Amino acid sequence: MITLETIAATGVFQVAWLMIALPALVAGLLLVSGKFFDRGGHWLAVAASSASFVLAFWMFIEMLGADPEHRAVSLPLFDWIQTGSWTVSAGLQIDQLSILFAMLITGVGSLIHLYSVGYMAHDDRRRRFFAYLNLFVAAMLLLVLANDYLVLFVGWEGVGLASYLLIGFWQHKPSAAAAAKKAFVMNRVGDLGLSMAVMSMLALIGSSSFEAVNAAASKLSPGWATAIGLFLLLGAVGKSAQVPLQGWLLDAMEGPTPVSALIHAATMVTAGVYLVVRSHEIFQMSEVASTAVVIVGAVTLLFGAWIGTSKDDIKKVLAGSTMSQIGYMMLAAGIGPAGYAFAIFHLLTHGFFKANMFLGAGSVMHAMNDDVDMRHYGALAKVMRVTFLTFAMGYLAIIGFPFFAGYFSKDHIIEAAFGHSAWAGVAALLGAGITAFYMTRLMLMTFFGEKRWREGVHPHESPKTMTIPLIILGFFSIIGGALMNFWIQEWLEPATGGHPHELTLVPTLVGWLTMAVVAAGVAISWFVFGAKPVPDAAPASGNFFTVMGRNDLFGDTVNDVLVVQPTMLAARGVVVADHKVLDGGFGGLATAFAGISTQVRKLQNGQVRTYALTMAIGVVAVGVVMILSQLG
Amino acid sequence: MNIATPTFEWLQLAPVLTVLLVACFGVVVEAVAPRAYRFVLQVSLVVLGLLAALGLLAVNYANESVGILAEGAVALDRPTYLIWGALLVFGLLSILLFAERKLDNGVSAFAASAASIPGSVSETDSSAARHEHTEVFPLALFSLSGMMVFASATDLITAFVALEVMSLPLYLLSGMARRRRLLSQEAALKYFLLGSMSSAFFLFGMALIYGYAGSFDYKAIDAAVFTPTYGHGLLLTGAALMAVGLLFKIGAVPFHNWVPDVYVGAPTPVTGFMAITTKLAAVGATARFFFVALGADRWSWQPLLAAVALVTMIVGVVLALTQTDIKRLLAYSSVSHAGFILVAVVGATVATTSNYTSSVASIIFYLLAYGFATVAAFAVVTMVRDAAGEANDITSWAGLGQKNPVIAAAFAIVMLSFAGIPLTGGFIGKWEVFTAAWQGGYSWLVVAGVIASLIAAYVYLKVIVSMFFAAPAEGVSVGKAGLVTLVPVGVGAIASIYLGIFPGPVMDVVTAASIFLR
Repeated sequence: MITLETIAATGVFQVAWLMIALPALVAGLLLVSGKFFDRGGHWLAVAASSASFVLAFWMFIEMLGADPEHRAVSLPLFDWIQTGSWTVSAGLQIDQLSILFAMLITGVGSLIHLYSVGYMAHDDRRRRFFAYLNLFVAAMLLLVLANDYLVLFVGWEGVGLASYLLIGFWQHKPSAAAAAKKAFVMNRVGDLGLSMAVMSMLALIGSSSFEAVNAAASKLSPGWATAIGLFLLLGAVGKSAQVPLQGWLLDAMEGPTPVSALIHAATMVTAGVYLVVRSHEIFQMSEVASTAVVIVGAVTLLFGAWIGTSKDDIKKVLAGSTMSQIGYMMLAAGIGPAGYAFAIFHLLTHGFFKANMFLGAGSVMHAMNDDVDMRHYGALAKVMRVTFLTFAMGYLAIIGFPFFAGYFSKDHIIEAAFGHSAWAGVAALLGAGITAFYMTRLMLMTFFGEKRWREGVHPHESPKTMTIPLIILGFFSIIGGALMNFWIQEWLEPATGGHPHELTLVPTLVGWLTMAVVAAGVAISWFVFGAKPVPDAAPASGNFFTVMGRNDLFGDTVNDVLVVQPTMLAARGVVVADHKVLDGGFGGLATAFAGISTQVRKLQNGQVRTYALTMAIGVVAVGVVMILSQLG
Repeated sequence: MNIATPTFEWLQLAPVLTVLLVACFGVVVEAVAPRAYRFVLQVSLVVLGLLAALGLLAVNYANESVGILAEGAVALDRPTYLIWGALLVFGLLSILLFAERKLDNGVSAFAASAASIPGSVSETDSSAARHEHTEVFPLALFSLSGMMVFASATDLITAFVALEVMSLPLYLLSGMARRRRLLSQEAALKYFLLGSMSSAFFLFGMALIYGYAGSFDYKAIDAAVFTPTYGHGLLLTGAALMAVGLLFKIGAVPFHNWVPDVYVGAPTPVTGFMAITTKLAAVGATARFFFVALGADRWSWQPLLAAVALVTMIVGVVLALTQTDIKRLLAYSSVSHAGFILVAVVGATVATTSNYTSSVASIIFYLLAYGFATVAAFAVVTMVRDAAGEANDITSWAGLGQKNPVIAAAFAIVMLSFAGIPLTGGFIGKWEVFTAAWQGGYSWLVVAGVIASLIAAYVYLKVIVSMFFAAPAEGVSVGKAGLVTLVPVGVGAIASIYLGIFPGPVMDVVTAASIFLR
């Protein structure tokens, strides 16, 4: 076990809080400023997010320059809660893990801010939109930079709130409002898990700071380690849309596309992975909890991929794909020290290529008058060169084409999965094949084949503010993997305790196998969707896999039957009980007391002689009690 | 024959002496200053005098000067510092209410000429001349000085004199309401008669205890408990009779009958003043008498106080249920709070450990929370008015939230604090007194206390519901008050929340004052 040693903050690290404060301040300013910032407010938001990125990058450079033992920095801010025997102090922990997250959030976040300037140009609530985006960035940074689970929880709730506001941003659409509510409710279930975990820590360890919890983790009883691990997992499952709390992510695509890219692909949904990796000391203490993480990851990666194969809505395909890829990260995080670095590695590369593809999808929708049905696309490769090329980079990255970003990170996970157990390995390998299948389908239906455009649609390339972020993200989709491949394990070692593995560029047996499976997936997809014209409407299908996939594997139905209906039933029961039993009971009780009260009041008749008599009786009573207590 | 010069610690007693001196000076002002200037002069005297006393208290506190002063008559220890400080702060806040003149056409809440017969020509004349009784300010200060000594007395004679000094001005003040004068005068007379009766019991108890111990000094009584000279019965009877006198001032059942009538009859600012300060002083004196003088014999008096606490809590909340007058409701509420405080006195937990506060500390915290809520509550009561003056009927408070949301919210906050809802000072206070009693082995009393506070919540929530969810009552409005009223409202409401959310700093100070000096 390696315990992370932190040093006191100096230099730029002393102002690390500005990273959070700047976007938070701008968010507040934009929300309260009224019309004043309607015209230029969005640039202020872009500036705040970029400034945070500059700060994060600066700190990263400083950390690179320091020797590995002195990279992690802690910055105490103030004593937050001080009561009885425990104190919660709010502070920041900038270590190898959190700085990577900070850069991803602010970097990708800034690009998405920039993209949104173009995307939301015609929305009359643009100022509010950017305020929410900045609020999200601030909350997410607080989440990853906190040094205490309770402070993390504040950020955790903050991103939940921002996500709710952004999914439901187009609140005039009932579907968006419903999706926002769904996301919020399902996230609450996860939040319950996290809050139970924090409460358990406070009760057992007396502190919720990472330092204290990590130090005390090995002394926890196995039962409690498992319980806390499972509570944390429940929190992670809710936030990261993993089975069984996956249902909200697909609906969340009702939000504006930049939101889908920022929150529901690159950043917020990875918070669960962050939580698991951050709590590695606890998961290492419990075989049950870490196996549960692996199972959740494996199931979700297949589940999401399955959904991805049968959707016609381009954003929903990408949403299914996101679930699936986060499943990979969870799987890696559950494997243990061997997997932590790979989980984070894949998280970062995924952040690049998924944000790239989401923004690409947004660009396509922009061109197609906000139509999301891929059956109405086709042959867009020629009219939207930049979008097509950048999207293709993302595509090659996600299927794991050699030397693209996803190739490195995903292959490592598949190998580690085989190292864990055969079934996990097979699940990961199968997932890679399905990923290749549905992503190829998406490419073929969108960019190739015949034009199936609706009338009055004249696709055109998007404006510069939208394509420049695409180009940057496309570039990182290519080199992101190679850039970090030989470096990230050693970098993360002090923070996650994983031991570096020897890596070579020559694929191993598993690597070759993966490539074969991926090639098979691409080939099958081409035979099914590329070789013959795509039907204009989704063909009726009795195929079990298709029906299941189109209906999100009946996740909503399952939720409905297992949770919603019993809850509604219980709620109705409670209402009835409230009216009949409680109201009746308490009403009766109140009436009874009121009756007593009215009787006793008669003694208060305003006559001094009665009062004096009462006092005299009281004196006698006092004497009697005194004597009785002497006897007793 | 040698006669030793009595020592008198002028500096340490300076806070009390300042209040007394300023009160005397106020009498001089009444005598020599022209009528037109008296009001301003008196108010400034009160404010400056009380601030000066607070300053002197703070200086002594910083010097950590503690000890038994004035030839064993007064104990200056940490609880005394806190009680004196609280008396001065709450005294200042509630005497500020005396100075409100904006609410009632430019005159104060006191009768133009208290000596005139209600309805007589002389009353009409003095009202028309817009006369005011500015004597109320020195009277309140005299009372306050008595309270300060009462709470810190370690000698029965001193305690008795202080008791009278504190009570006599209050009897007078109660009878000076400008409106509904007959009610006010009746209340004053009742208060005086019953108060005299209770003083008689107190005095009788003193005599018996002197007979037992041969001394008025608490320390000597304590020593006599260890090495008894006479029969135990003398001590018990004496303690019981003194308890009657003390419990009367606290307003505990069955010695509470005066509370509702006097609270309703007295001018509302006076009600606010005595609701807080009398209770503070009387509880301080009670705790000191029982803990210091009779601490070694606690097995004798604990059951008595436990029974009184139980009855007081229950009668207080049950009677509050059916009240239709807001001042009467607050009166019964004050009775029930006396019960909750007695719960901690019964516990008599002496040691402060890291987990538990002592009885004394918890009592002081409870009184702070209660005091802030009370001062704001009575200040709001003075503001809600109709054509005939204060609208005290609860039905006329309906819909207050729509008429003045800020004042209604402040009142709701202090109601929640009275009810002991979490995140208010009242909750922490109840928590502390209950843990103190639990530590002292009175768990059954704690259970009863929790049940009583549940019933009490219904009382207060009913008022809140009526203020915010009922149709506004006709003809009632929230008067435009001056700062002298708004400051107590604001301070009370904010402090109620502050004590509930950040009890830490205050709790630290209070727990440092966990035992009485012997």
